[in-house]
Amino acid sequence: MKGRVLVVDDDTALAEMLGIVLRGEGFEPSFVADGDKALAAFRETKPDLVLLDLMLPGRDGIEVCRLIRAESGVPIVMLTAKSDTVDVVVGLESGADDYIVKPFKPKELVARIRARLRRSEEPAPEQLAIGDLVIDVAGHSVKRDGQSIALTPLEFDLLVALARKPWQVFTREVLLEQVWGYRHAADTRLVNVHVQRLRSKVEKDPEKPEIVVTVRGVGYKAGPS
Amino acid sequence: MSRDSAASAPGRSGARAGRPVGPPPAGSRWSRLLEGGLLHGGVQGSPVLRLFMRWVRRPLLPVMRLWRRNIQLKIVVTTLLMSLGVVLLLGFVVIGQVRNGLLDAKVKASQSQATGGFAVAKQKAEEAASVTGDDGVSAGDGRPSQNVIQWMSELVKSLSSGGQGAFDVVTLPMGGDSGSGRGPRASGVVSWSASVPEELRERIDGSTAAAQSYTRIVYDSDEPSQPGLVIGKQVNDPNGEPYQLYYLFPLTQEEKSLSLVRGTLATAGLFVVVLLGAIAWLVVRQVVTPVRMAAGVAERLSAGRLQERMKVTGEDDIARLGEAFNKMAQNLQLKISQLEDLSRMQRRFVSDVSHELRTPLTTVRMAADVIHDARVDFDPVTARSAELLADQLDRFETLLADLLEISRFDAGAAALEAEAIDLREVVRRVVSGAEPLAERKGTLIRVVGDQQPVVAEADARRVERVLRNLVVNAVEHGEGNDVVVKLAAAGGAVAVAVRDYGVGLKPGEATRVFSRFWRADPARARTTGGTGLGLSIALEDARLHGGWLQAWGEPGGGSQFRLTLPRTADEPLRGSPIPLEPADSRRNRGLGDAGPGGDAATRDAGSAATVPTQTSAAQTSSVSARGPIPPRSATVAPTADPTALPGNGARVVPRPPSGARKQDGGPAPEVASRPDAGPENSSRQGEATRGR
Repeated sequence: MKGRVLVVDDDTALAEMLGIVLRGEGFEPSFVADGDKALAAFRETKPDLVLLDLMLPGRDGIEVCRLIRAESGVPIVMLTAKSDTVDVVVGLESGADDYIVKPFKPKELVARIRARLRRSEEPAPEQLAIGDLVIDVAGHSVKRDGQSIALTPLEFDLLVALARKPWQVFTREVLLEQVWGYRHAADTRLVNVHVQRLRSKVEKDPEKPEIVVTVRGVGYKAGPS
Repeated sequence: MSRDSAASAPGRSGARAGRPVGPPPAGSRWSRLLEGGLLHGGVQGSPVLRLFMRWVRRPLLPVMRLWRRNIQLKIVVTTLLMSLGVVLLLGFVVIGQVRNGLLDAKVKASQSQATGGFAVAKQKAEEAASVTGDDGVSAGDGRPSQNVIQWMSELVKSLSSGGQGAFDVVTLPMGGDSGSGRGPRASGVVSWSASVPEELRERIDGSTAAAQSYTRIVYDSDEPSQPGLVIGKQVNDPNGEPYQLYYLFPLTQEEKSLSLVRGTLATAGLFVVVLLGAIAWLVVRQVVTPVRMAAGVAERLSAGRLQERMKVTGEDDIARLGEAFNKMAQNLQLKISQLEDLSRMQRRFVSDVSHELRTPLTTVRMAADVIHDARVDFDPVTARSAELLADQLDRFETLLADLLEISRFDAGAAALEAEAIDLREVVRRVVSGAEPLAERKGTLIRVVGDQQPVVAEADARRVERVLRNLVVNAVEHGEGNDVVVKLAAAGGAVAVAVRDYGVGLKPGEATRVFSRFWRADPARARTTGGTGLGLSIALEDARLHGGWLQAWGEPGGGSQFRLTLPRTADEPLRGSPIPLEPADSRRNRGLGDAGPGGDAATRDAGSAATVPTQTSAAQTSSVSARGPIPPRSATVAPTADPTALPGNGARVVPRPPSGARKQDGGPAPEVASRPDAGPENSSRQGEATRGR
């Protein structure tokens, strides 16, 4: 699978190493070391995925993430040295789809990247309903009363996963596996943050969710349609 | 808790009875009265009476509360009552003295007046007798009494005229006899019968001496009666017949003086009492106001508003209190801000180190992996080096991660993200994660007590880390024997115990296993990997939950690690649903097997002998280690798992036979001298686990 990956990292050794690994796996990496130039490089290279270091000179990673997310739904994977809750949650809330904590193994990184790019395969035409939303899986659109709602690919995947089996309660672990492609248990904060972001877009009242319902002590399920 | 509330609920008599701790002097009688009444009600057990007492007491409760809480009120009321007592006493004494003084003078004057009067009466009688004697000789016994009657009327008139209203005179016949015509006479409008007391009349009848008495002088006219002194004496009339002559002195003047004094004193006393109360109020206010201010400031300080200070004026003791208080607050603030700075610096440092170390480490890691993947093309030495490089990088990474985790705890930067989780899920994940290792070691991991949900408010990530650590440890040190993971919930606590049948722990090691970088056997530990920080982190994780992580073990008999968590966050733990010492420990089991006759040495030898055979059996049939194990657990089944049975887990108290077992159970092999975490045991163990 070919994929253009934009690596935003100020550490040249790490960037070079990432380049070696990514090329070895068949990706086309491009590099930018400065937060201020990241957005320009993004517009220029139009990558399929962005690898973004959180600590950058100039604009910091959070800000870059927010700017990219503002104009594109392209998957963003954060590289962070801080696994503290606050840092991770701030990064995820600024729009990152996934994060990976340094130091990581090359295989782990590649698995995450592939999981985020995997959706390039043509999906079968499929119409789903969840609450008062209509989801066109092939057309990658979500509509309420004919009004389409803009979702990132990850949020879309999350919604589709829930909508396909409205009778099932998904634990966070199951969602991590189905949506993020984690083989074994990982950080469930990913799910929490993204469910919140999804709710802020699709729910009429995010305080009283009707589309993505929390099942206390277990996980989430699709609301009644 | 439930016992407390049960004790205080019925009639709240318990709370009442306990209250008069130093009852206030003024309120004591009141409260004693109430208490007595209440006690009575309680003793007789009459619900109506109790209800009545409660009904009576209810409106008084706020007053009593105010009384208990307000020292100013207490002192002012006490002062008022005490000064009232003093003033009353003083008033009585002063009034008594004044009255005595006034009366003494009056009595003396009256006595001399009366004595004079009696002498005059006597003299007049003698004069009249000499005259009538002459007449009598001439006229015989014709009408002597007529003369006496007239004489007496004149006598009364003449005697009373001398006083000019200052006194009245009354004559009475002896023994109340009026038959002889010498009826009672009185000057003015004095009612003789009411004014002269009967008792005095009898006394005069009986003796010839003068006698006196206090009385009220009553008048036949509309004039109001008034207090008076009456002095009487037997006097002979001109015929030598005795009669009673009384002088009545009204004490109106003295009474007036006395009531004036009394009024003055009462007014003065009232003023004194009120003023003393006011003074007490003012004085107490001077002391109480700064104390109250200090209390308020202290409360705000402890609530975290560290910039609060007391106002200090003057140089007196109160000012010194304020200064000392402010100095204390200042130092506290300084220390706290220093500590906060330190903590912030530490956190910052950890964060920076983390980033600075991790970025190059990532590069090294990736490079090592690339080299490692390409090692088939290398010569054997380089290939082995690549393997070592990759392996040790793994270890380095884990160590770094653990160090950072520990320093996060030390800096107080660890935050609990608690939500309701089912521990069975966590255990399932942990066990399935440990399966590969267990298979390599030939160990079977059994889960017990997962029939019902075991739900607690906890941080799933941390709990999983703790349990993963315990299970992996158990498998690694289990020598290939079974590892039993037991779950239980009871009361306000849930617990997971991980039991292994490996080398166990030597005495004293049960607490030391949680020390950082501690290894049971320095010579061999390196083979199993691990950073030596796993249990320390697990302990911190448990502590963060407000839970316990405790260890039990016996040499050669395996060990058990027990994680106890409160069911809801922030609820203090009082016990654990699972005993720390497992029911199949050598001590528990040994007594059951050997009976009362066996001595400790043979028992120990016996069980020490059985364990290795089981071990060898387990090793020969590696995966089917189930074979030898079930019989053992079957023999102990009745006592093995009391808390896993539904409805049986609610008791956390030690089982009664445990004490007996302890007594004849021979030398206790391990830390936990009792098989259960009763309050003392758990707290003792808890010291080790929570002490830091």
